[in-house]
Amino acid sequence: MSDAHAQSADSYYIPHGSPWPIFGSVTLFTLMGGAISALNGWLPAWSLVPGFVMLCLLFIFWFSTVIGENQRGLYNLAVDRSFRMGMMWFIFSEVMFFAAFFGALFYARELAVPWLSGNGVKVFTKMLLWNDYAGSWPSNGPSALGPRANGSFETVPALGLPAINTAILLASSVTITIAHHALIAGHRGQVKFFLALTFLLGFTFVGFQAMEYHEAYTELGLTLGTGIYGSTFFMLTGFHGMHVTLGAIMLTVIWFRIMRGHFTPQRHFAFEAVAWYWHFVDVVWLGLFIFVYWL
Amino acid sequence: MAHASAEHAHDDHPDQPATGIKRWLFTTNHKDIGTMYLVFSLIMFFIGGAMAMVIRAELFKPGLQLVDPLFYNSMTTNHALVMIFGAVMPAFVGLANWMVPLQIGAPDMALPRMNNFSFWILPFAFTLMILTFFVPGGAAAGGWTLYPPLSIQGGDSFPMVIFAIHMMGISSIMGAINVIVTIVNMRAPGMTLLKMPLFCWTWLITAYLLIAVMPVLAGSVTMLLTDHFFKTSFFNAAGGGDPVMFQHIFWFFGHPEVYIMILPAFGIVSEILPTFSRKPLFGYDSMVYATASIAFLSFIVWAHHMFTVGMPLAAQLFFMLSTMLIAVPTGVKVFNWTATMWRGSLSFEPPMLFAIAFLFLFTIGGFSGVMLAFVPADFQYQDTYFVVAHFHYVLVPGAVFAIMAAVYYWLPKWTGHMYNMTLANWHFWLSTIFVNVLFFPQHFLGLAGMPRRIPDYAVQFADWNMVSSIGAFGFGLSQILFAIVVIQCARGGKKATAQVWDANPRGLEWTLPSPAPYHSFQSVPEVK
Repeated sequence: MSDAHAQSADSYYIPHGSPWPIFGSVTLFTLMGGAISALNGWLPAWSLVPGFVMLCLLFIFWFSTVIGENQRGLYNLAVDRSFRMGMMWFIFSEVMFFAAFFGALFYARELAVPWLSGNGVKVFTKMLLWNDYAGSWPSNGPSALGPRANGSFETVPALGLPAINTAILLASSVTITIAHHALIAGHRGQVKFFLALTFLLGFTFVGFQAMEYHEAYTELGLTLGTGIYGSTFFMLTGFHGMHVTLGAIMLTVIWFRIMRGHFTPQRHFAFEAVAWYWHFVDVVWLGLFIFVYWL
Repeated sequence: MAHASAEHAHDDHPDQPATGIKRWLFTTNHKDIGTMYLVFSLIMFFIGGAMAMVIRAELFKPGLQLVDPLFYNSMTTNHALVMIFGAVMPAFVGLANWMVPLQIGAPDMALPRMNNFSFWILPFAFTLMILTFFVPGGAAAGGWTLYPPLSIQGGDSFPMVIFAIHMMGISSIMGAINVIVTIVNMRAPGMTLLKMPLFCWTWLITAYLLIAVMPVLAGSVTMLLTDHFFKTSFFNAAGGGDPVMFQHIFWFFGHPEVYIMILPAFGIVSEILPTFSRKPLFGYDSMVYATASIAFLSFIVWAHHMFTVGMPLAAQLFFMLSTMLIAVPTGVKVFNWTATMWRGSLSFEPPMLFAIAFLFLFTIGGFSGVMLAFVPADFQYQDTYFVVAHFHYVLVPGAVFAIMAAVYYWLPKWTGHMYNMTLANWHFWLSTIFVNVLFFPQHFLGLAGMPRRIPDYAVQFADWNMVSSIGAFGFGLSQILFAIVVIQCARGGKKATAQVWDANPRGLEWTLPSPAPYHSFQSVPEVK
C-alpha cells in the first residue's frame, strides 16, 4: 500500500523513455494550431476542441505515470526536493505573468491616461488630438470606447460581489491550511472534509465571478472593448479566474487521491504544491481587489 | 514499496540508449536532449543565416534588386526571431544540458521528462513560425520587437507568431526551471556554491532571468493578441492605452533577454581561458558577483531601447545612468579575463582562439553600448546601422563565438574523438576576419546616418554596404566548415583521452572517459 513509500529509493530516480513529453508537444501544437485557425477564420471555433481533449489526456496520462511511480516508492527525498523547487519556480513565473498585467494597469492609470489628458510634457498630445478629453480613472479613453452609444460605462462596486469573493477566497485559504494540519496529524476524515470545502469555495468563487461578468456585460456597459479600463479589468480578473478554476480542479484531484488513501503525514508533496498554488491565486486576488476594484 | 525500489532502479536504467527514432522522441537522458538542442540550434543557425544572406544580398548595392520590400522586412524580422529563439538560446540550453550535470557530478537533469518536453516544443514552435511565410499576407514583417500598431496590422501570420512565441516561452521557462533545480539540488557532496564551475554559475543566474522575464513577454504578446482580436485597448490611445506601453513591457523582457544570451557565454569563456592559460581563473568570486550584478541591473535599464519615444527627462536620466553602471561589472569581467591570461603559459587551440576573439570583439560591442547609453548621442544613433553593428558585435563574435568555443572545447568529450584541428583553425580565422569585415563598416554607416530595416539606401552608403555584404557572404560560407568539423568528429577520428587537452583542464567533466558514458556519475563523485 501507499503508506509503504515513506522510506524510499537510495538513488535519484531517472525515468527512462517517456512518450508523454512528445505527446505534450504535439498537444501544444494542435491547441495553438486550433486557436490560430479559429482566430484567422480558417476553421470554425470547434478547431480548438482536439487540442483541449489532448491536453486533458496529457494531464491524465502524465500525472498518472508520476503518481504511479510515487506510489511505487521510486522517489527519494532528493526527487521530492526537485519537485518542490520546480513548483516554487513555476509559481514565480506565474507571478511575473501577472506582474506584466498589473504593470499595464499601473502604467495606464498613472501615465497613459494622465498624459492623454495633457499632463506634464504631453500637453501637445491633448491640444492636437483630444482637446476635450479630461481623463480620470476609470477611463475608456478619449474616444470613449465601449458598447454603449454615449460611451458611458459603470464599474463593479468593490463592496458587492468582489467583497464576498474576497471573503470566500480568504476562507478557502484557511480551510486548506486546516486540511494540511489535519493531514500532518493523521486525521484523514478532517482532511477530506476541509479539502472538499476548499474546492467548493473555489468553484463558488468562479460562479460568482461568472455572475459578475454577466452583469458587467449586460447592465454596466463594461466589456473587454470598454477602453483601457475594460481591457485591464477583464484580462486581470479573467486570467485570475482561469487560475482559480485550474486550482480548484487540482484540489479536486488531490481530494480524490486522499479518498484513495494516498499521502502520508510525512510525504505529501502534491498536496503542498496545490496548497501553494492556491495561496498564490489568493494573493493575486488581494492585489486585484485592492487595485482593480477598490482604489 | 520500498523493497521494490532497487529492482525498479535497475529496470529503469538501461546502460544503452534505446534504438531508432524512439530514442530521440522519448528520451529523458540529458546528453541525448543536449545533443538534440545543439543540432536543432545549428539547423536554425543556418536557416537564420540564409535570411541574413538575403538581407545582405539586397543591400549589396543601392536600389531594389532581389526581393520586394515587404519580403525584405519579413527577412529582418524572422532572421532575428530565428537567431534569438532558435539558434542562440537553444544552443546555450543544449550546452547546459550536456555540461551542467557533468560539471556538478549529477546523474542527470533534475526533472528529466520535463527536459524532453522543453526541447520537443521547439521544433513545433518553429514549424509554426516558418509556416507564416506561406499564409496570406506573408510572414511577420514589423520587426522582431513586434511594436504595435504595426504588428497588430499583420495578416494571418500575426496569431501564428504570437503562439509560436508562447510555445518558445513555455519551453524556455521549463528549461530554466530544470537548470535551477539541477544546480541547486543535484550538486555532488562537497561542491559548495562557490566551488561550482563558472559555466554553472552563469547559467544559474541566466535561468533566474529567464523565469522572471519570459512570462512578461508572454503577457505583452497576449495583450497584442487581444488588441487585435478582442477589442482591448492596451496599446490604443483612443481607448486610453498607449503604444509606448508595449515598448516598456516588451523591453522589460527584452533587456534581461540580452543578458540571457550573453551570461552563459561569459561562463564558457571563464572556463576556457584558464585552461589554455594554464592558470586558475583570476578573481573567481568577483566573477560571480559581477554576473549577479549584471543580472540585477538588467531589470532597471530597459528604457534605453526607447530614448526617442518622448519619456520624461527624469526617466531618461535614470535609464542612462543605470545603463552606464553596467559597464562596471562587465569591466570587472574583462579585466579578470585579461588578468587570467597575464603571464599564463598560453596555447592556441581552437576553443582558446574563439575565447580570445570573444574577449576582444565582445569588448568592442560593449564600448559601442556605452556610446549608445548617452541619451543625447542616442538620439543620433537610434534606429541606425550603428545599433545594428553594436548588437551584432555582442551577439555574433560575442554569444555565437562563445558557443563555438564551447563546442570546440567539449566536442571531444561528447563524441570521444578529436576533431580536425586544421579545419577548425581555418574556420576560426575565416570567421574572425569576415565577421569584422561584415560588422565593422556598419558602425561607419550608422554614424553617417543610414537607417536600419530599409531595403534601399542613398548612394553615399554604397561602398561600405558592399564591403559589409562581402564580409557577410564570407562569414556565411565559413560556417559550412564548422558543420563539416562537427559532423566529421561525430563520425570518427583520433580517440580523445579523458583529459582531452594537454593543458590539463580542471573540473569533474574531465574525470569521465571520452565519450562520457550514457549514464554518468551513477556513483556520486567526491569534491574536495
